[in-house]
Amino acid sequence: MLQAHTNSGGHILGNGFLAFIWAALMVCTAITVLVARVDLGFLNVVAALGVATAKALLVILFFMHLRYENSLLRWMVFMAFVILAICIGFTFFDLAWRP
Amino acid sequence: MTEMHKDYAAAKMGMWLFLFTEILLFGGLFLLYAAYRHRFVLAFHQAGQALDVVLGGANTVVLITSSLFVALSITALQQGRKVRCQWFLALTILMALVFLVNKYFEWSAKFSHGIYPGSEHLAQLPQGQALFYSLYFAMTGLHGIHVLLGAALLGVVMAFVARDRVRQDDYVLLENAGLYWHLVDLVWIYLFPLFYLIS
Repeated sequence: MLQAHTNSGGHILGNGFLAFIWAALMVCTAITVLVARVDLGFLNVVAALGVATAKALLVILFFMHLRYENSLLRWMVFMAFVILAICIGFTFFDLAWRP
Repeated sequence: MTEMHKDYAAAKMGMWLFLFTEILLFGGLFLLYAAYRHRFVLAFHQAGQALDVVLGGANTVVLITSSLFVALSITALQQGRKVRCQWFLALTILMALVFLVNKYFEWSAKFSHGIYPGSEHLAQLPQGQALFYSLYFAMTGLHGIHVLLGAALLGVVMAFVARDRVRQDDYVLLENAGLYWHLVDLVWIYLFPLFYLIS
């Protein structure tokens, strides 16, 4: 009974699975370094941020265990990032159209 | 016998709430970076080329690997393998120290070129480049403090594991310390491309 109160309900991530996530993160890092060497203009920024976001998702969902948490916590984290996106996005609505 | 009630879900939610404040703290700095980068595209491009991609890349590998180690330490404790858990925590702290030593060499190289906060050389650079380096020192510096605090926190948890205050049936403190450590990794995942690669 004590167990149910004090841990995450016994959901354990396997060593092999964690190593797989690590390998995926390493591949992403290699991709982002290699893509940066090619001059794609503005697309370089898009690629760098896209790969970084893919890496962030891997860390949040699996290393930080969010994929296996209850929906309340998942929505809370989602909303925190939505607020950050609004903050950055609205600033750029202003900046981008400023002469 | 009265058992002290521990609310696992609330402990973890509290940690996440704290992490939200950290996300918004760094988020504000990223916003500042984005706004100035938008205004001084060329200067940011030129200043960014002076940063060492190899050192930055090495530190990326170090931090991601340390994130794996802390996740493995949680798995080990869940399986009741206490010594293995302690070893992975020790490795995580070692990776944090490697990161900071790399950062020391990187900053030293900049300092020897007269580039440090408040230096005369920095004041003479074009405005955009001076802003880039100021943001670079402020953001990697704040991140470095987080690495130091995270490593210290993991050290405390390691001592708690040794004394069975954190154990197989009560390990939320280890999980929360792990969450903090992953956040440190998360911030670096964005710092690395924005400062070292986009140039």
